[in-house]
Amino acid sequence: MSARLMQGNEAIAEGALAAGVRFFGGYPITPSTEIAESLAKLLPKVGGTFIQMEDEIASMGVVLGASLAGKKVLTASSGPGISLKQELIGYASAAEIPAVIVNVQRVGPSTGQPTAPSQGDVMQARWGTHGDHSIIVLSPWSVREAFDVTVKAVNYAERFRTPVILLTDEIVGHLRENVELPAEVEVYPRRTPKTSRAEGYEPYTPDDDLVPNVANFGEGYHIHVTGLIHDETGFPSGSPKVTREAIKRMNDKIARAEDIIEVHQEFMDDAEFAIVSFGGTARTAYEAVLNVRKRGFKVGFVRLVTIFPFADKVIRKLAGKVKGLVVAELNFGQLVNEVERAVAGQCPVKLCAKYDMTIFEPEEIEQSIDELIAEVNGNG
Amino acid sequence: MKSEFTLKLERCKGCGICVAFCPKQVLALDTLGKVYVAHHEQCIACGQCELRCPDYAIFMDKVKKEAAK
Amino acid sequence: MVERSYEKFFRRNRLPHLWCPGCGNGIVMKAIVQAIEKNPNYTQDNTVIVSGIGCSSRASGYMDFDTLHTAHGRAIPFATGVKLARPELNVIVITGDGDCTAIGGNHFIHGCRRNVDLTVILFNNNIYGMTGGQASPMTPLGKKATTAPYGSVDRPFDACKLAEAAGATYVARSTAFHVQHLVKTIEDGLKNRGFSFIEALVQCPTAYGRRNKMGEPAKMMAWMRDNAVMKTAWDKLSDDKKTGDKFPIGLFYQAAATDYDTAYQQVINAAGGGIK
Repeated sequence: MSARLMQGNEAIAEGALAAGVRFFGGYPITPSTEIAESLAKLLPKVGGTFIQMEDEIASMGVVLGASLAGKKVLTASSGPGISLKQELIGYASAAEIPAVIVNVQRVGPSTGQPTAPSQGDVMQARWGTHGDHSIIVLSPWSVREAFDVTVKAVNYAERFRTPVILLTDEIVGHLRENVELPAEVEVYPRRTPKTSRAEGYEPYTPDDDLVPNVANFGEGYHIHVTGLIHDETGFPSGSPKVTREAIKRMNDKIARAEDIIEVHQEFMDDAEFAIVSFGGTARTAYEAVLNVRKRGFKVGFVRLVTIFPFADKVIRKLAGKVKGLVVAELNFGQLVNEVERAVAGQCPVKLCAKYDMTIFEPEEIEQSIDELIAEVNGNG
Repeated sequence: MKSEFTLKLERCKGCGICVAFCPKQVLALDTLGKVYVAHHEQCIACGQCELRCPDYAIFMDKVKKEAAK
Repeated sequence: MVERSYEKFFRRNRLPHLWCPGCGNGIVMKAIVQAIEKNPNYTQDNTVIVSGIGCSSRASGYMDFDTLHTAHGRAIPFATGVKLARPELNVIVITGDGDCTAIGGNHFIHGCRRNVDLTVILFNNNIYGMTGGQASPMTPLGKKATTAPYGSVDRPFDACKLAEAAGATYVARSTAFHVQHLVKTIEDGLKNRGFSFIEALVQCPTAYGRRNKMGEPAKMMAWMRDNAVMKTAWDKLSDDKKTGDKFPIGLFYQAAATDYDTAYQQVINAAGGGIK
């Protein structure tokens, strides 16, 4: 495929299609609408279905129904819409239904600043729905990576039978870059039952990877799906043991899959300090790293592609090697708390926060790293 | 007898709907509150009891004349 | 041991069901499977039962099909997803008055508007039963509920009128007393290609009847018998006769219109995507 100019949101639509998504339900909201608009055009061309629902909740419900009927599904929204979807994101988590939810972040709270970028939904992505659920959250920093990460999100949703949040932002969503997309991508197929109904198939009996092979509707298995805590049969259970084991398994299935932790690191071999960032902000952070290195400071670049499960081990390890970390994020300070938790006092962690509708200038991040270097070297 | 009853008492919750809608007072609730056939001979095999039982606890089959004797 | 052929549609190992003694939900659940049994196009393998949250919505767990017990109010969007993803499946929605007309009200009218090929059966017990008797949008004026201790002053919905106005293509009402009529009503709803809506009035002796001094379950059903008027007779009644507790049952509306699957297939064709 030849290179073409494309927006981040369009690349998400292309990635979804490449990964096998054949059903999209959505509701218009800035700055995510181009994903819906692209898929409204593209999906029927491949026999897929696009539907504009009456609201954000229905958009989440319709994709979960389609997923249970065997389709790979995706929905997209931004802050207020993602807030509305939360109950059913939890439903997908409990009933173990594969689905990808794209959040093109804008400034909040509430209606906030609809056209302005933000990264203020980090902790919502992790903890937005109620209960002890687990979730996967991924974040791209470029148009091409928006495509790649969407493919990964769809694959992880299928592999773990879980909702996956694609946490992008207005910067990447509306960014236009010249990209070349791969002709083919690796696709994780829908999991299928390994036993027949006659052999006593139970839809929620976990496989070796702790993920159940739930049958699609309409294939003769007569399964029952519910958001109530259920046992292997899929039917509700009021047992403390079943409840404890179900919640633990659903958390463990994701927590123990270390291969999904993706952290982009550069200039870390000699790094005495590092800047940690993600998404659109990482683009500015990268330039800041280049600038301070030119000035002779050994500063490394750390970018989280997988935001959750949080890269505890990676951060803990690098905290032992450097003298300090700056966390740059386009919010009042969210990811920094996760970084501090993982660092566990091994080195100082400095927050570089911004929440005024505008994106970072490299100088702003440079200033934070300069301050940190001065503080640390001054103290030392 | 014009009818044959099959009672699934493990399903009966003693709501009394079958008793109330029986036009011939054939059915009654016992001390434990479950349905029993009190006056089988009065049954006209209308099936109102089975029709409205919310718990699928009572089944009434018509008995053919020859078999009834 | 199976006494009746329709029992094969139940997950019999899960019976008896959890509904209270005298609850009308069991009667409607049986009517649904009896209606299914009469339609050869509906099999246990190609039919999906989708429900919301509430007493009514526990029905899905007892029915031996692929069954989906969704979140409160959201049965219709989930069902829409199932149906559009696999149009060859038959999809039946079981919902309640609170589930369908309060928290799920928006989904209800838009399901009707799109004419998605679903059969939606609303078990109307006039109350929130599962949570212990709060007023619903279908609690009649003056009736008491835990959240309307002095009698409800909120004007109730007529869900059938709402469905018709919103674009449903089959709209009917029956009751737990009128069992044969109820079965026939559901049977006809299943045949309609498009959004079919059936309101089934059911007695809730525990959370509604008791508080409103309506007596034993059988007495509540006798009230249905005494007050329900068939649509054809209702239409001939003068307005001064349509008073008190009287209410119409029967088929209110039926129309031929393109269902959503068919409509979207036209989109696929226009886009050159072939058969879905």
